[in-house]
Amino acid sequence: MNSKRSAEILVGLFVAAGIAALFVLAMKVSNLGDFTDDKGYEVVANFQNIGGLKPRSPVTMAGVRVGRVSSISLDPDTYDAKVTINIYPQYDNIPMDTSASIFTAGLLGEQYISLSPGADDFFLQDGDIIDLTQPAVVLEQVIGQFLYSTAEGE
Amino acid sequence: MIEVLRSLGRWGLDTFQRLGRGHIFLMQMLAGMPSLAFRFSLVVQQLFYVGVLSVLIILISGLFVGMVLGLQGYNTLVDFGAEESLGVLVSLSLVRELGPVVSALLFAGRAGSALTAEIGLMKSTEQLSGMEMMAVDPMRRIIAPRFLAGLISMPLLAAIFSAVGIFGAFLVGHGLLGVDDGAFWSQMQAKTDWYEDILNGVIKSIVFGFVVTWIALFEGYDATPTSEGVGRATTRTVVHSAFAILGLDFVLTALMFGDI
Amino acid sequence: MAPLIKIRDLHFNRGDKVIFNGVDIDIYRGKVTAIMGPSGTGKTTLLKLIGGQLKPDRGSVEIDGQNVHKLSHSKLYELRKRMGMLFQSGALLTDINVFENVAFPLREHTKLPESMIHDLVLMKLQAVGLRNARNMMPAELSGGMARRVALARAVTLDPMMIMYDEPFTGQDPISMGTLVNLIRRLNDAMGLTSIIVSHDVAETTQIADEIYLLSGGKVVEKGTPETLKTSGSDWVKQFLQGLPDGPVPFHYPGNDFGKDLLNSEEKR
Repeated sequence: MNSKRSAEILVGLFVAAGIAALFVLAMKVSNLGDFTDDKGYEVVANFQNIGGLKPRSPVTMAGVRVGRVSSISLDPDTYDAKVTINIYPQYDNIPMDTSASIFTAGLLGEQYISLSPGADDFFLQDGDIIDLTQPAVVLEQVIGQFLYSTAEGE
Repeated sequence: MIEVLRSLGRWGLDTFQRLGRGHIFLMQMLAGMPSLAFRFSLVVQQLFYVGVLSVLIILISGLFVGMVLGLQGYNTLVDFGAEESLGVLVSLSLVRELGPVVSALLFAGRAGSALTAEIGLMKSTEQLSGMEMMAVDPMRRIIAPRFLAGLISMPLLAAIFSAVGIFGAFLVGHGLLGVDDGAFWSQMQAKTDWYEDILNGVIKSIVFGFVVTWIALFEGYDATPTSEGVGRATTRTVVHSAFAILGLDFVLTALMFGDI
Repeated sequence: MAPLIKIRDLHFNRGDKVIFNGVDIDIYRGKVTAIMGPSGTGKTTLLKLIGGQLKPDRGSVEIDGQNVHKLSHSKLYELRKRMGMLFQSGALLTDINVFENVAFPLREHTKLPESMIHDLVLMKLQAVGLRNARNMMPAELSGGMARRVALARAVTLDPMMIMYDEPFTGQDPISMGTLVNLIRRLNDAMGLTSIIVSHDVAETTQIADEIYLLSGGKVVEKGTPETLKTSGSDWVKQFLQGLPDGPVPFHYPGNDFGKDLLNSEEKR
């Protein structure tokens, strides 16, 4: 009976360790931790081209992460990409005339949205639209334009 | 020539017969599962043999696999100046692939072969037969609890493997090679997704646990009841499990991550 | 009186090999019935057919009025609770000790309190003389002791019948004597019906009430040990007296020895 008891205790420890490992993976390794402070507000930005932007890509202001992309869809009327951004609740004083650009982290890194603040006295609220946007820079286009202009110059 | 065709045909028929027996076995096994609700202590007992006894090998292997990944990943990434991405590299490779696959292979070698040997031995010493004659269905009393224990253990073992592996990579990356620990964790968290990566890895390991335990129990139950037959069945368990794990891994990866 | 077990026109093949070719056997309540025959006549197979572990190709096995092979899974298991079987190896569960082995059927099929299980198990172990071996593991037991433990286990649920598969094989004279006595005593004390499958002539004729001789897939002879001893059949005489040559030849049938020696084909 005693060995049975210790076996059961070890099984309990094993199951607990397994669940703890899953918990560590969830909280420490993945971005599931972010979901807990998900109570921010959402604004929409329309881009001509979003390049490689994905849901859950970071949204930064002056390099500080202030939110994340919550969803991306195509606007059926303007054929622009409609990007919904979730901004963390503590950043509730972002000016109305803030502009959004899509940048790439490093030469080949992932893409993110960078917000540059305007000077308006009104702040962005849930459901507002960011009007000033700058599309993603597509590397192939830049190279193409560069080659084209050098070819013209000759 | 005719002789060759004939033996080929016989081999084919034998293979299909075994396949059929294996699936009938699975059905009987699943039919025995509901009765376990009343006798969960049997499952706990098997969790000890199947799960707890596999923890040590999983811990040690996970740690070393993670450390090697840290070392190798660093050497490659440092050329691009991207050594901060070490965390991402390690976490994605472990959570998506190495965790489920390597722990399933280890599980097949450690727990799977032990299950086959145990069931095969019970068969060859007439214990299964004896139980049947005592009106105790071995499918319910012996096979089903082991199956459920395998099914529960595998994802837990894979999670432990991945977590320990990431820790091992962090030890090497941060402690030995001087990767910034903030960047290590934050990049990892930014790029590893709970649903996309971790849950898919868990699903993989559940599938592997299902298949490995099924193969192990069937091989034992179907073994020729001699010591030679049991030995062969044990080898078959490990080999077939390895094939099944790697083959299924491709299929599952294509379904989950490849946009096929 | 109607027999407890009625076997009619039993046919069974294993692959291409014919094991039974029309066997009729009646086994009566309260009697010790022996089924004898040379090795390989399928005596163990017969027990498995009676226990419902194998299905016959043709014919029927009726136990207490129920056709074993027409029963549903749960009905068959109900019936098996009333059957005991002693395997040649004992078939003890190797991971639990003697006490737990004997308690196993009780724990599986009854909800008796622990104290009652304890008493019942000790009673059964007392009957086979192994009460003091209750804490030993099966691996520590000698062959004869393992068989006695298995016997205690087979009777824990107080079955109506018990089947013995080669109970005397490989036993030293002392444990053989113990077993012979035990089988007869248990049969009479508990009002069992016993079926012994064996090829040990001396021991079996000592305790059997009726003997069936099987050979070549058929019942060759049946009767009490006394009538068999006076049987006119050469085969029965050879089997009972253990003569090396007779209707069952010493040499495996085939070519003539002289011919084989002269045959030069194989020498090359």
